[in-house]
Amino acid sequence: MNYIPLYVILPLLAGVIIPIVGRKVKFIPALLTNLVLLFLTILTVLFILKGDFFMVYKVGGWGIIKGIPVGIFLVVDALSRLVLLIVNLIGLCAGLYSISYIKKFTGEEKYFALFSLMIAGMNGVVISGDLFNIFVFLEIAAIASYALVAFGIRKEELEASFKYQVLGGISSMMILLGIGITYWAFSTLNIADVSSLLRSRNPGRIVFFIQALFLMGFGLKAALVPFHSWLPDAHSSAPSPISAMLSGVLIKAIGMYVILRLFFNMFPVSYKTSLIITLIGALSMIIGVFLAIGQWDIKRLLAYHSISQMGYVVTGIGAGLLLISKGQDLSLAAFAILGGIFHLYNHAIFKGLLFLTAGSVEHRTGLRDMRQIGGLGQKMHLTTTSSLAASMAIAGIPPFNGFFSKLIIIIALLKAHYYMLSFFAVLVSVITLSSFLKLQRYTFFEKLKQDWQQIKESPFWMTSSMLFMAMLCLVTSALIIPGIRERFLSPAVKALMELGRYSLNVLGQ
Amino acid sequence: MKGMTIIVKKVTQIIAGVIFLYGLYITIQGHLSPGGGFAGGTIIAGSFILLVLAFGNDVLGLVKKEIRSSFIEALGIFLFILTASGAIILSFYLNYDKIFFKNFLTKGVPGEIVSAGFIPLLNIFIGMEVAAALFTLFLAFVIKSEEKEEKKK
Repeated sequence: MNYIPLYVILPLLAGVIIPIVGRKVKFIPALLTNLVLLFLTILTVLFILKGDFFMVYKVGGWGIIKGIPVGIFLVVDALSRLVLLIVNLIGLCAGLYSISYIKKFTGEEKYFALFSLMIAGMNGVVISGDLFNIFVFLEIAAIASYALVAFGIRKEELEASFKYQVLGGISSMMILLGIGITYWAFSTLNIADVSSLLRSRNPGRIVFFIQALFLMGFGLKAALVPFHSWLPDAHSSAPSPISAMLSGVLIKAIGMYVILRLFFNMFPVSYKTSLIITLIGALSMIIGVFLAIGQWDIKRLLAYHSISQMGYVVTGIGAGLLLISKGQDLSLAAFAILGGIFHLYNHAIFKGLLFLTAGSVEHRTGLRDMRQIGGLGQKMHLTTTSSLAASMAIAGIPPFNGFFSKLIIIIALLKAHYYMLSFFAVLVSVITLSSFLKLQRYTFFEKLKQDWQQIKESPFWMTSSMLFMAMLCLVTSALIIPGIRERFLSPAVKALMELGRYSLNVLGQ
Repeated sequence: MKGMTIIVKKVTQIIAGVIFLYGLYITIQGHLSPGGGFAGGTIIAGSFILLVLAFGNDVLGLVKKEIRSSFIEALGIFLFILTASGAIILSFYLNYDKIFFKNFLTKGVPGEIVSAGFIPLLNIFIGMEVAAALFTLFLAFVIKSEEKEEKKK
């Protein structure tokens, strides 16, 4: 039996069983959500242990008739299983953390139902091989996240959610327009089919318009720089486990992953679009960090750093695209893309952890302003340790995972003679370090203030999931060791580098 | 929320049932003619909304209605997913392919009401879900405005 549709069926079922049963039986919502996520994480790990693989699932048994794919295809390859692992693993950590955290809100069952729906949407985007299907699941994930951002229903949370909804609606409209024009131009929405049509005949200028629309729409979902203004508000005012999910996973699963999939495996690689993508990446990297450095609100600071770190990912991948479009030195292109994908994976872990620790501080003190907190390191040892680990990972201190991915990106940029970009990558990393030194000093290492003498460590579920992720921050740097790299990261890079293989694999079966 | 005059109430009594039946017709004929779950569900929700607007209710009654209708909504999606994965579930007992969204029922004669396998069933569940969802939305707005008015007093 083929297990791919379980990624959508199980979280969706959990999302509808919870409102039916959860109102009467109090332990069901948290238990069901976490069980589903645990099962899906184990399933993804089993997929990864299989090595290099490619799986196509034809929904309803509708296959390819006379060379035309008539049904909806679900596709899992090495890149999508990596993103699936991020979604379900970080989701599991955030879900376990929520057990204790969400007790201070009312409507626990609504929270977990929306959480499951968001997971279902993200899983659906990652596994679908069809543009319109991507749009449908993207809307499920986005609408669930609008509701979750406003979960505290205070004034600023509602305002952030409204802003997020308006900009998210604009981006969805761009994507839908792009999908409509794609259907008009090619009479098909299957990514593999569009890709093979694009390679076999000269499409004309319409492709650039579609590319611009998709880059705008998915770039807004991924919060790249000209489209980033919704992110700091939305990510800082959501409940903390949701901030971890939004910043750690959502912008990657429904923004970055789709950009990767479409611009490598669907559209033909061209110099102009690669240049624009690299430029957007470099801009997000630089502007994000300069916006972050003046922040005093912990979660806002982390949210701005998300923009900057996504900039690293896009810069690495854009440099790879540029090298591919020039057609020289493909191994260097693969190296740059490896750095980008590895940083995408690492960022999910350490940014998720940073938001969880910020949530732990907020849970005990009720504050988010660093200047008013101070000295928590003497009382909340586990939170301090895990926050320090994540800060070192994001600032790029060896042996934490962030160091290796940043190093790979910088070396690849230097080797490709993009000296300005590599200079900025180093500079941004130094500024990141300084702003996280500030976070550590003001929150954890100053003298303990009078108000916090009686403060206690956070409850069991919160600390245990934070410590687990802190360990992941160290353990994932082992992924770069040759031998382990070939099983996990290299297949994902290969799936992107062999541009046309995707459509051949899907249509050939 | 106050009800309306006796004229409106009488006309609503006559018309609401007809609208409801028309919604059911659109839903059940979904696989044969234009319409289907979404359109039919909207019409069904319209008949309920008309009843609430004409007869009115106090806040407690509205909240009770909202809880019930959101229960029906979740039930609708639940049944939809169960039917869609019916082939996978039944394949443990019967000889079906384990495929998501496999139309596992017999197709029947084209043009009859009971035909096209599980598509009429899916239409009915979609109708349930859409009707309940729209009614819940309407009730949420009404309850909010009622609470505001009570605060003013």
